[in-house]
Amino acid sequence: MADAPVAFATGGGLTLNLADDVRQLLTYHFMVNALVAGTAVAVMAAVVGWFMVLRRQAFAGHTLSLIAFPGAAGASLIGVPAAWGYFTACGLGAVVLSPASRGGRARSAETAAIGTVQALALGAGFLFVSLYHGLLNGISGLLFGTFVGIADGQVTALIVVAAVAIALVAVAGRPLLFASLDDEGAAAAGVPVRALGAGFLLLLGLAVAATAQITGTLLVFTLLVTPAATAQALTVRPGAGLVLAVAISLLVTWLGLGIAYFSPLPVGFWITSLSFGLYVLARAWRALRGGRR
Amino acid sequence: MTASRPEVIRLDRAEAALGGRRVWSDVSLEVGAGEFVAVLGPNGAGKSTLLKVILGLVPLAAGTASVLGERPGARNESIGYLPQRREFDPSVRVRGVDLVRLGLDGGRWGIPLPEWLPAGNGRRRAAARVGETLELVGAAAHAERPIGELSGGEQQRILIAQALVRGPRVLMLDEPLDSLDLPSQRSVAALLQRICRIENVAVLLVTHDVNPILPYLDRVTYFAGASAVAGRPEDVITSPALSKLYGVPIEVLHASDGRLVVVGQPEAPHVHSPRHG
Repeated sequence: MADAPVAFATGGGLTLNLADDVRQLLTYHFMVNALVAGTAVAVMAAVVGWFMVLRRQAFAGHTLSLIAFPGAAGASLIGVPAAWGYFTACGLGAVVLSPASRGGRARSAETAAIGTVQALALGAGFLFVSLYHGLLNGISGLLFGTFVGIADGQVTALIVVAAVAIALVAVAGRPLLFASLDDEGAAAAGVPVRALGAGFLLLLGLAVAATAQITGTLLVFTLLVTPAATAQALTVRPGAGLVLAVAISLLVTWLGLGIAYFSPLPVGFWITSLSFGLYVLARAWRALRGGRR
Repeated sequence: MTASRPEVIRLDRAEAALGGRRVWSDVSLEVGAGEFVAVLGPNGAGKSTLLKVILGLVPLAAGTASVLGERPGARNESIGYLPQRREFDPSVRVRGVDLVRLGLDGGRWGIPLPEWLPAGNGRRRAAARVGETLELVGAAAHAERPIGELSGGEQQRILIAQALVRGPRVLMLDEPLDSLDLPSQRSVAALLQRICRIENVAVLLVTHDVNPILPYLDRVTYFAGASAVAGRPEDVITSPALSKLYGVPIEVLHASDGRLVVVGQPEAPHVHSPRHG
């Protein structure tokens, strides 16, 4: 995993000419990889995150993101690609969390147990990083994201996972929306609420694992929650909300990666700041319109 | 009494048990199309169990039941069901009209499309049906607002529209009046009566306070003492009928404002207590 700001190494630097700057970005293979992977992740995170916010399952999402950290660190320790670690840890985590986290009003009282697991996950992750001497730089990449060193295979894996996730949402979106908003009403109408809940948690695990590979495990909410929350502040229509969340997520990811290339500051900071700025603007706009909508 | 109306629900000497415990037995009742029936009784008497029996979720331990001419559960697509009181908290940013739409097609696979996409015939028909149902329940004016911002009574109308939008022949509501203020209770009851008459839907409403809805009812089923009696309100809510049901002396008092007050129940105090003053 290479890890260095690269702007000064390119011989170019920011020219303030958008076309030139973009051309400069795209001459580097690692940058193309980062943009392609970032695009796949941004779309997936926005769609899955929109449902997560609606279902009030941010706590489950947060737990999965913390489980991703020891997953990736453990994978590095035993010498397999970090992506495997992310997906394995989050997938298993989703299966384990499934009975404890139902979301909505039927939330169980197992938050204490989940909190305990969160602490253990962070501790174990740090242990694995310590045991794996020589990767002490890598820990900030794991926690706060990095855009260099995304391998070709990883890009392919992220595209495939994102495509599968979006296909699943396209198939089950309407009943999932019903179950997320109104679990009892949906159950009364014959929607398989429990199966959808378990399936969604697995989807959330995939989305967290994929997002963590761009933003780092501590910043996954910047793509998972913030675009969705911004969209829900701006519109009450489900279809428009999903489209808006995806647009915001793509915008902040592309801009964040582009700015980070020319800036010594880390990519996670830029994506987070941009998405937070849009969120504040959206809330301000809503407040100015009288708060009714 | 209901000979003129086609029968939609019939229970004959039915007995229901939950987890091996008998909830009630020897219950016989019939509901005709377009009838407004209240299901009354103290907490734990088995009112909600009756709804579950009708939906086929709880099998009968004895006796027979038929719903729309078939065994319970076979015609659930023709039953609209509102589970016990659901509330949406203020942060829920989805419009009432979207919730009603989910009542129509929320069980189908696929994804709701943004409204600005060109609509086909199916989607236009669906939107028209949603609009018509919202008009019927008097919720058209606030259906475009986020559900979380609506009052309890407005939310209840949206949920009734959601249960009605598929054009069911039976509408069952579990404690829909709970936590509504008295004027809202009356107006929801009046609305349900109107739905019975206009759409010819049989309405079963579970409640523990009959007074706000008494003027609108056709029949009542009163659960107590592990059984139930069914009939017209003036025949069932009487001292002799309830004394026989509870097995202890019960008095039904007629207050000067027309309210009924049931006194002397062994376990639950004042089921019809005038809690709204």
